Amino acid sequence: MMRSAVSPVAGCAFANGAAVQLDAVPVLPASALPGAAQAARAQGLSLVALTSIGDRLLLLLADASSGRLSASFFDLAGANRWPSITPAWPAAHLFEREIFEQRGLVPEGHPWLKAVRRHRELNDPEAPEHPFLRAEGEGVHEVAVGPIHAGVIEPGHFRFQCFGEEILHLEIQLGYQHRGAAQLLAQAPPARRLAVAESIAGDAAVGHALAYCTALEALSGARVPLRAQAIRGVALELERIANHVGDLGALCNDVGYVPGSAFFGRMRGDFLNLMTGISGSRFGRGLVVPGGVRFDVTPEQQALLLAVLDADEPQLHDTAQLVFSTPSVVSRFEGCGAVERARAEELGFVGPAARACGVPRDARRDHPVGVFQFAHVPVAVAEDGDVMARATVRWLEIRRSLRFIRDQLARLPDGPVRRDPGAPRASALGVALIEGWRGTIAHLAVTGEEGRVTRHAVIDPSFHNWLAVALSVRGAQVSDFPLCNKSFNLSYAGHDL
Amino acid sequence: MLHLFKTRFQQGLRTVDFPGPQTLPARFRGRPDLHPALCKDGCRACVDACPTQAITVDPLKIDLGRCLFCAECAEACPERAIDFTAGHFEQSFRKREDLVLTGEEAKLAGALDKRMLSLFGRSLKLRHVAAGDCGGCAAELTALSNVVFDLGRFGVQFVASPRHADGLVISGPVTANMREALRLAWEATPAPKLVIAVGACAISGGPFRDSPAQVNGVPPEIPVDLYIAGCPPHPLTVLDGVLRLLDRM
Repeated sequence: MMRSAVSPVAGCAFANGAAVQLDAVPVLPASALPGAAQAARAQGLSLVALTSIGDRLLLLLADASSGRLSASFFDLAGANRWPSITPAWPAAHLFEREIFEQRGLVPEGHPWLKAVRRHRELNDPEAPEHPFLRAEGEGVHEVAVGPIHAGVIEPGHFRFQCFGEEILHLEIQLGYQHRGAAQLLAQAPPARRLAVAESIAGDAAVGHALAYCTALEALSGARVPLRAQAIRGVALELERIANHVGDLGALCNDVGYVPGSAFFGRMRGDFLNLMTGISGSRFGRGLVVPGGVRFDVTPEQQALLLAVLDADEPQLHDTAQLVFSTPSVVSRFEGCGAVERARAEELGFVGPAARACGVPRDARRDHPVGVFQFAHVPVAVAEDGDVMARATVRWLEIRRSLRFIRDQLARLPDGPVRRDPGAPRASALGVALIEGWRGTIAHLAVTGEEGRVTRHAVIDPSFHNWLAVALSVRGAQVSDFPLCNKSFNLSYAGHDL
Repeated sequence: MLHLFKTRFQQGLRTVDFPGPQTLPARFRGRPDLHPALCKDGCRACVDACPTQAITVDPLKIDLGRCLFCAECAEACPERAIDFTAGHFEQSFRKREDLVLTGEEAKLAGALDKRMLSLFGRSLKLRHVAAGDCGGCAAELTALSNVVFDLGRFGVQFVASPRHADGLVISGPVTANMREALRLAWEATPAPKLVIAVGACAISGGPFRDSPAQVNGVPPEIPVDLYIAGCPPHPLTVLDGVLRLLDRM
């Protein structure tokens, strides 16, 4: 694809982890939005967010080739509708539905205008629900599952249209986990907000805390000490390893391979315990704070971390080799739940879900902030888009994150781990993209004239990716669903916020 | 196959010896020790630092039902009157008011009555309902079934349906969108039944307290038999709580 160096998409360009003054962001008429979306898609940009701020829509794009972000406003000029960009750029479909649900504004021409989360506190709980898409014909039947599932798992509703055992279509209705987290990030007492950010998706607490703090630091122009940046990076990668290892175990469990499930499950705990050693919490809660980290890594902890890595790394390799060479596992993983690369690109999937389809997208490389400006983690990619590809990407990422952690621990910079971040500047937009283990986590913080955050938007990677789960099971058997679902392991709470 | 046996041998036995003394990392934040005698008159540093208004002073008290174990208060305290790192992972209680810690000894959970013990003491089937759970409590509950914590050896199991269950384990602040589903699951559980509220969210709404999208934890129509504090509670904390309830500690 041709990529021009000078972007014809009118927008205010800035870097990840930086802020722009709101009055420097160009304001265009809402009628220009579809054209801008089309141009952005043609240039291979990715859609970070489309959200409403006051009477305007904010379009935030990311250009992996230049590493720049671009923001532009589209003025609704008092109208309650705008021309939908979803037909031109399907990646926008949920963003437009979200604005429709939260603000009652209508994206005209949207092909599937349905509430995203069924906010009861915003809308009439008695209002009729948008019907599920239905397949019809002889032998076609419907299977409804949830919100409560048969396991220790978050709630959501899944509606399958089936022909015998074959899934024709799956529609996923979420929103059961909606807690109002994004609203609290702007409205709750400031002392509580970091805890809210850590609770958006509890298994990505470090990623969300880091994105939250980076967005605030962008607004105040804070310079985070190098040592803190390195510790943040170590924690982010520990979180990635723990989750990937745990999910490889869960995938084994879902195909009935108990040894893989037991060994990976146990080793996941070792990484959570390392996180506890640093932060006091198995999920790294309380570690990342605005301006740095709360806890330093002592030389003793450094030694312990390396000792555990030394002990576990060969065991991880051994178990992975065992799992990936067991025919009963391989035959279930291969060809199951395949998603095409073209779908991943047009729908804007992120993280391992996208990388397993051959889309080499990774914010650590494309839009580095913090320690990733100085230390490079190679992007792990697979081609087939199936369960095996997602398992392979996760295994590659485990290995590369282990190497990254070793490198960082070997040369931790000296100095403080925390510095007063200062006050955020007024009337500005701060943006942070952090590559969490599920994909890119985006936090957008907007300040008012007094320098207080008046709006905080959060885009969890699961928001982009749930449609990938639905697509992956098309044509598969109903009984393949748990395996496909686990290979993504998306966050319900992160989607619902 | 040979490879499998070799790996199995190499992995060894990994199940924790429980009940029994446990070693947790030095920075692990569990049930805090409070030293109200150290508080200076008029000092409210901890109160102001707490994200969930869990702390009151004169005398110093912490409501573990609201506490997120975030360490903000301990860091803010100039007198070191609050210490989360004493290594106590036992933080389960039978009554809501017992979650309010003072400088005195904590009133940890006691066992069920005789009749309930005779029913559930050796076999307890639980159904988990996540109702706004961020995934943290759910992850720790999942970990209970792995080879390390191995809940099954105590006759306690998570089951797939409330109709197969002796009780519910509830996590999350109970979102408006889950309240009805939770009520239905509770009604579907045959009596006599237990309810275990896991984590600050289920007990008080946690960080989401007073958000209009949730109801500040398990609603009053569902009586709670065991409160397990934490954000999220460590798997050992949950294990300890459940075994206290079953008089196995």
